[in-house]
Amino acid sequence: MSVRIQEADFDLGKELAEFHGDPRIGAVVAFVGLVRDSNDAARILEMTLEHYPGMTEKALAAIVSEAGQRWSIIDALVIHRVGRLRPTDRIVAVAVAAEHRGAAFDAGEFIIDQLKTRAPFWKRELTTAGARWVEARETDEQASERWQMG
Amino acid sequence: MLKILYFAHLREALGQGDENLPLPSGVGDVAALRRYLADRGGPWHHLLTARNLRCAINQEMARSDSAIADGDEVAFFPPVTGG
Repeated sequence: MSVRIQEADFDLGKELAEFHGDPRIGAVVAFVGLVRDSNDAARILEMTLEHYPGMTEKALAAIVSEAGQRWSIIDALVIHRVGRLRPTDRIVAVAVAAEHRGAAFDAGEFIIDQLKTRAPFWKRELTTAGARWVEARETDEQASERWQMG
Repeated sequence: MLKILYFAHLREALGQGDENLPLPSGVGDVAALRRYLADRGGPWHHLLTARNLRCAINQEMARSDSAIADGDEVAFFPPVTGG
């Protein structure tokens, strides 16, 4: 299990290669989030990611640990970038390795849904109309909460 | 002494990201600390008026009635928007 916060870009192929070599693993599911060029009808020129050093790592480790309790997974990786990012840049990666695909898909979706509402990151967008802090989305809250019923 | 951290638009509005504050007498929980800070006036009203302001104590999410003790690290921030 690995959690990393970094300014640098990442190479998902290299990261996933870390999962190889464990003959128990039959499925690897990976999600990559990218910076879009529009949000709420505004054109995004650039984005700055702020985080709470220390708490962010703890929150992500707790989420991954919960995923490990709920599903039979063998390994998991979360990488989240901070600092200045531009449209098309990679921003986040979640990858889960398991014996079977079901657990890998479910645990991966759980981790990204929980990350969006529990990990202390904040996005500040620079748009053609000026800079603004991104507002939390109700749909993200709902996506996170649905796991409580499962 | 408390270590207090502010993030995102709150940090910008206050013009500072952190401060050390001797634990004020009569401040025993998050709600009381918010009132104490808001009483500074000016931009500090954000501590009471910011929508859905979140608080963490020692890097764990806290509630309005969560207890605060000398030596704690307390953070205030808006709802998170990562991912």
